[in-house]
Amino acid sequence: MNVVGQLAPLAFGLAAIGSGIGVGIIVGKTIESVARQPELQGRLQALMFLGIALTEALAFIAIAVAFIPFPAP
Amino acid sequence: MGPSINEFFPGAILFAGTPFEMNRIMLIRVLVVIVLALVFVLGTRNLKIIPTRGQVALEFAYTFVRDSIVIGTLGEKDGKRFLPILMTIFFVTLGMDLTGTIPLLQIAGTSVIGLPLLMSLLAYVLFIYAGIKQHGLKYFKNALILPGLNPLMAIFLALLEFLSTFIVRPVTLTLRLLMNMVAGHLLLSLCFLATNFFFFTVLAGGNPLGLLGIGTFAFGVAFTVLELFVAALQAYVITILTAIYLSMAIAEEH
Repeated sequence: MNVVGQLAPLAFGLAAIGSGIGVGIIVGKTIESVARQPELQGRLQALMFLGIALTEALAFIAIAVAFIPFPAP
Repeated sequence: MGPSINEFFPGAILFAGTPFEMNRIMLIRVLVVIVLALVFVLGTRNLKIIPTRGQVALEFAYTFVRDSIVIGTLGEKDGKRFLPILMTIFFVTLGMDLTGTIPLLQIAGTSVIGLPLLMSLLAYVLFIYAGIKQHGLKYFKNALILPGLNPLMAIFLALLEFLSTFIVRPVTLTLRLLMNMVAGHLLLSLCFLATNFFFFTVLAGGNPLGLLGIGTFAFGVAFTVLELFVAALQAYVITILTAIYLSMAIAEEH
């Protein structure tokens, strides 16, 4: 049996699992911290966006993989 | 025929064959620049103590960017220094993103890589410039080497820091903006093409399954609203990330 199609969407799906969990943890922890110490909100928000930016990178690289013109085998 | 990546490379309209060849997306970008310039020049030409409605809207957008993004991240003194360029990044990104949902334009100016790349290169040069201006060449030492580690670990971490600061940052700034717009456009065109297909091919052919088009149309409208939100969010995110990178570059050494 032959399976025909693209692997790129699958790659994105797998990468999105990881960064989804990661972003969830970051945002959740930030909310917890702000609830404990509301006066640190500005600083925590900056750290949160920085963390999200780094974590998301994997998912965005995975989307971009579909558009890299790999030579056919 | 579903939407494909070719939608982002339409044929040339003006000056075909010359290096200044312009397609639909370039024309939309030019239009956005003209509209932005007009809004800001005409909107701020005669400011009043008792503001008109337009002035209130402009001032709301301006103070939002100034207070909650720039000064909130960089502080009063450095915030004032970098305010003009961050404001430019915010409003250009916002304007270019919004064209993705405006009827008849329907494609974002940022959905081809040139503009996001320009934005992230601007941010990249800006934070390295700010760091060097603040600390001299010691900036690179501060950025790469963490104090109080044994040498082997320090080399390993310096490599990691180099990767995350000087390579991953510009790449993710570009790809985040670009891919959000590309994915948004593909999603919208998929929804509306499906509606067209269900109504005018399936239902017109007498098959009641074509009523599924109501569902795809509803999703299309919902995603249009989502795209409006995403456009504002991306402008916010790219500005706050540039501000954060700046503030890390000019921070005291750790």
